[in-house]
Amino acid sequence: MGIEQLYIIILACIVAASCSLCGVFLILRRLALISDAISHSVLLGIVIAFFFVHDLNSPILILGATLTGVLMVYLTELLISSKRLKKDASIGLVFPLFFSISILLINLFAHDIHLDQDSVLLGEIAFTPFRLFSLWGLNLGPVSLWVMGVILLLNIAFVAAFYKELKLSTFDSGLATMLGFFPTFIHYALMSVVSITAVGAFESVGAILVVALMVVPPATAYLLSHRLSHMIALSLLFGILASLLGYLMAFLLDVSIAGSMAVMTGILFFLAFIFSPSQGILIKFLLYHKQRLLFSANMLLIQLLDHEGTHTEQTENTVSNLVIHMQWSYSFANKVVTYALQHGFVNRSNDFLTLTSLGREKARHVSVMDS
Amino acid sequence: MNAKLIDDDCAVLVQDLTVAYREKPVLWDIDLKIPKGVLLAIVGPNGAGKTTLLRSIMGLIKPAAGNVSIFGQSIHQQKKSIGYMPQRGSVDWDFPTDALDVVMMGRYGHLGWFKRPSKTDKKLALDALDRVGMADFSHHQLNQLSGGQQQRVFLARALVQDADLYFMDEPFVGVDAVTEKTIIELLKELRNQAKTVVVVHHDLQTLSDYFDWVSLLNVRQIAYGSVKDVLTQENLKTTYGGRSAFLTANQSAHNQS
Repeated sequence: MGIEQLYIIILACIVAASCSLCGVFLILRRLALISDAISHSVLLGIVIAFFFVHDLNSPILILGATLTGVLMVYLTELLISSKRLKKDASIGLVFPLFFSISILLINLFAHDIHLDQDSVLLGEIAFTPFRLFSLWGLNLGPVSLWVMGVILLLNIAFVAAFYKELKLSTFDSGLATMLGFFPTFIHYALMSVVSITAVGAFESVGAILVVALMVVPPATAYLLSHRLSHMIALSLLFGILASLLGYLMAFLLDVSIAGSMAVMTGILFFLAFIFSPSQGILIKFLLYHKQRLLFSANMLLIQLLDHEGTHTEQTENTVSNLVIHMQWSYSFANKVVTYALQHGFVNRSNDFLTLTSLGREKARHVSVMDS
Repeated sequence: MNAKLIDDDCAVLVQDLTVAYREKPVLWDIDLKIPKGVLLAIVGPNGAGKTTLLRSIMGLIKPAAGNVSIFGQSIHQQKKSIGYMPQRGSVDWDFPTDALDVVMMGRYGHLGWFKRPSKTDKKLALDALDRVGMADFSHHQLNQLSGGQQQRVFLARALVQDADLYFMDEPFVGVDAVTEKTIIELLKELRNQAKTVVVVHHDLQTLSDYFDWVSLLNVRQIAYGSVKDVLTQENLKTTYGGRSAFLTANQSAHNQS
């Protein structure tokens, strides 16, 4: 593996880590769509700043982009607070405006530079190694690696410093206000960090895939965690894992790196959705069937106890009667009887079932007859 | 005129408070003088502005007119002396956190910015959970708790705020009889420690058992004072309009006993 590939892999991991870190709070604040809105709005800032500095590598671009990201959030909240529009409609109204204006500006004035629509939508992570950062004649590696590294550090510093404040204002903004933590300030600080992250990531993976990286790893982590700290750690892990696996997939299939990364976040989410030990659909399915069997076995024991020693015992306490009486299928009735036999609750002679003393005790216990 | 000099014994002093959402007034010209060390209920029909009154006193809603002072000072100067228990529906119960962590949030006001909770804060939080009978649930995730248990966790969080003045928004809604008893006993205990407790309440049947003071509210304040002075047939009729048939039955039962 050449140094160029290593640069791309490291950059992919840094981008994913940054996005999945600030994304955690977007998911918890139900602002997942804001990541989409911000990642599209920052383009306007980039374009406008470019007209002033005429340099695609200028840090002024990041500043401009961050400002338009935050401005978009502000305008959206203004619309929401007018109470004429719902939250989702307000988000959907402002950012397409910002995005379309920037596309028009690119078409009109910047068609000869490489701020083209393809790179805006899909990014150009594969070109990372070609733009190098040099200082006093020293080659210090790709520019984007430095920019994104600083952005990752900013994300980590922000979450570490404001961990308690972010948690409180996300969980209960009323209490946060009461205790003097200014949730509005925290909100806009978070939105600024998301904007800066979106600008940096946007250059590598494009405006659409930023959303995948900000939303999917945190959503995956959410399925698997009971604590905020665990959710943050898992989100970082899934983000980085998705970029490693994504790079591998892109390499093997010779397809878009950014696209492969996004696909991998989706695959990881799908796996968590099925296999999560607390919320996964597999565990729920297994538990349901186990509980159904246990409950049915209890019903069987109670049925046998009810009719034990009565004159209808010979007809009631038979496997064939279970099919009629309980409306079980023949195979399910057999499954329940097998379960009861295995646990020593019943004895079977042909069709006829009798309780063992253990089964009798169990039946009394579950039917609460002895209480 | 300095309110501080005249009303030194007041926990809360509300003067001419008016709150409006757009052009519609939700609270109209409320005057309220809450003495220290009482257990006060704010009672009224749905939409009467009970929660709005609570939130405006706490400075969470900006009033259209009027003044609020807490222990003779502005709300911002007195934030640390206030404990707050919001309505249960106001937070996200699927948030990835456990009961202990939520109670610990009550300590954040004492910690200020950037500082992390210490072992002492943790111990205070565990003690508070114990007081509400939730010591065994400290590491349960919020959405595994029943409605009554969630309410107790909220109460524990208000307790660790170690405040002099508590605001509680419908603490008895959706809880079982045991939890209701636990909560009211703790509220009375706070009152007995000379703390002031203001509660948005719904149940007229328990009003006189639970509270010392009551404010009957329906956009305007209909009546305010000690429970036995205020809780009259006429006042309730004015507050609730014609829908007071059950009050008559209750009142006659009360008279017979």
